[in-house]
Amino acid sequence: MSARENILARIRRQQGRSGPTTAEEMALVRANIREHGVGPKPLAAQAEDSLELFKRECQRLLTTFAEVDEATVPHEVARYCAEANIAKSLAGWREYSHLHWPAAGIDYAARAANKDDTVGFTGCFCAIAETGTLLLLSSPDQPKLNALLPETHICVVPKARIVPTMEDAFALVRTEVGEPPRSMFFVSGPSRTADIEQTIVIGAHGPYRVHVILI
Amino acid sequence: MQVQSMHFKRNASAKLNDAVLQRNMQKAKGKFVDGRAKAVSEVENWEAIRTHAAALRDQCLANLDAYLLEFEANATRHGAVVHWAETAAEACDIIVKIAKENGVAKATKSKSMVSEEVNLNERLEAAGIQPIETDLGEYILQLAGEPPSHIVAPAVHKSKEQVADLFVAAHGKPRLTDIPAMTREARDALRDHFLTADMGISGANFIIAETGTTLTVTNEGNADMVTTVPRIHCVITGVEKVIPTLEDFATLIRLLPRSAVGQTIANYLTLTTGTKMPGDQDGPEQMHIVLVDAGRTKFVGTDMQDMLRCIRCGACMNHCPVYQNVGGHAYGWVYPGPMGSILTPTYVGIENAGDLPNAATFCGECQVVCPVKIPLPDLMRKLRERQHDMRLRPWSERIPMAMWAFAAKRAGLYAFLSKWGARVGSWLGGRDRLIHSLPGIDGWTQGRDMPAPEGRTFRELYVQRRDKQ
Repeated sequence: MSARENILARIRRQQGRSGPTTAEEMALVRANIREHGVGPKPLAAQAEDSLELFKRECQRLLTTFAEVDEATVPHEVARYCAEANIAKSLAGWREYSHLHWPAAGIDYAARAANKDDTVGFTGCFCAIAETGTLLLLSSPDQPKLNALLPETHICVVPKARIVPTMEDAFALVRTEVGEPPRSMFFVSGPSRTADIEQTIVIGAHGPYRVHVILI
Repeated sequence: MQVQSMHFKRNASAKLNDAVLQRNMQKAKGKFVDGRAKAVSEVENWEAIRTHAAALRDQCLANLDAYLLEFEANATRHGAVVHWAETAAEACDIIVKIAKENGVAKATKSKSMVSEEVNLNERLEAAGIQPIETDLGEYILQLAGEPPSHIVAPAVHKSKEQVADLFVAAHGKPRLTDIPAMTREARDALRDHFLTADMGISGANFIIAETGTTLTVTNEGNADMVTTVPRIHCVITGVEKVIPTLEDFATLIRLLPRSAVGQTIANYLTLTTGTKMPGDQDGPEQMHIVLVDAGRTKFVGTDMQDMLRCIRCGACMNHCPVYQNVGGHAYGWVYPGPMGSILTPTYVGIENAGDLPNAATFCGECQVVCPVKIPLPDLMRKLRERQHDMRLRPWSERIPMAMWAFAAKRAGLYAFLSKWGARVGSWLGGRDRLIHSLPGIDGWTQGRDMPAPEGRTFRELYVQRRDKQ
């Protein structure tokens, strides 16, 4: 008998069931999964205006944000880079390469970030108000490394794509994408660690800064 | 990690006398306890979420075989290879074999307690494969050659000075003691490893039956690199980690970071399903998932099954007065604190870890803070009973217990003995009303004095006051 059979048989024996897992038992489990039962959500996440809640949670996570029109995104990026004193050179997703970057003095490369990039630019699938979280799904033109390798991550969030809770985000994935892609990446603020003397340090292996541009 | 739990008493004594450890532990204690209390107080319906989470974990455990099969089917459908390991050695064999077949020279790792359990790093090194721990705490411990002392904050027992010395030896750079600067130094040291490793090894906080997804919860972002950059991703996790749906994850993630460190959310939640898809610029070409038993199924269907609900937040140890004083290493294996006092004796044999379920004051705080309502004190009590029934407790404990049981079942005898016991105790207390030593059972008075009884028992006082009225 293989390890697989032994483990499954042991589980069943200890639960007082004999023989292999039955078709009825599998059907029961699948039926339960299909229900997608939702647990209780924090009351605050249900009551408030999602945009306001999202902004407040971003502040708690030390995510900065600005609200602009889509056309002025490059100018907002230029302003942010100048303020943070970082180079105006971005590795970004292809879908934003049509914006007027040169006019704002920004060098925009539509490609996956590498270790020498200092600013990564991405969009998101949606954002979650409850926790100030960005959800990025992997796809050929939406490389995840742009949100991970550079020291600064700038992310465009359309206000219409802010959902109240994580359950809403998963529901959106199901209706718009179907099967989950290889990676569902939830980002909540800049990376941090408290592994030395429980002292919180912002900037561990991921970005030091996350800036959200709400459009 | 080799089991040292049979030496708990000796190790605990040493830790109590370790001034550096005591200072480091005191620093950490308040941060965990206060952080959790504040985060939980912001969620009005915390209890309802806990109840729902406990129920959904129970439901999974009641049909564990079917949920595992459903997970396997869905993970396989997305291109992952699911492996099963009955023992620690088997789990290592599987991963070493995958690494060798694919010519892996270096593997980056994100924090995995299961990999600590099975001694994976040792086995990889023996096979000529270099494992690199990338969680900052685990990285520090890999440099120190020590096991973790906490499941969430593995290097909590180390001071920044101790870490600074390790960094000087490893990086050969000027000694830094500024914590942000030290963190940057570690980031720089690990960057190239992330980008050049052939294999990434991660644990999984949960695995999702619905989609065949495995997931990690981190703050540093290291798990994301480990699961994205190398051409092979290998997940090692326990068979009890399966949950039904993505919605169930949404419930559990409301509890986990708040209970662990007082955060509303962890910075990175990485849900990975299968291999790189056509056209993707990142993601691994191979994904392997190793489902490990190594003692977990011993809990299934028994009166201890509640323990398998555990989501590894560490709140039970953060709030445990014993853990707060002796630290994690004293427990002698991977899982310290109350959860370890139940897992360790069951996984490695109660005869090798008999002191652990006895190292509790039964204050009950662990059960109060447990996000999935595991009755930890009850489970420890069951292990104590089991030890007693298996005659694993020493005669010095068994005889007094038997004598007490004999007397307690006889009301007249009990009244007589307690009456005289109270008087003798009162006399022993002397002028300062403290008993400084108890001959024969001096374990009670070695480190502290025992308050002396007042001289009369409750029964006596009750009779006296009733007669007065």
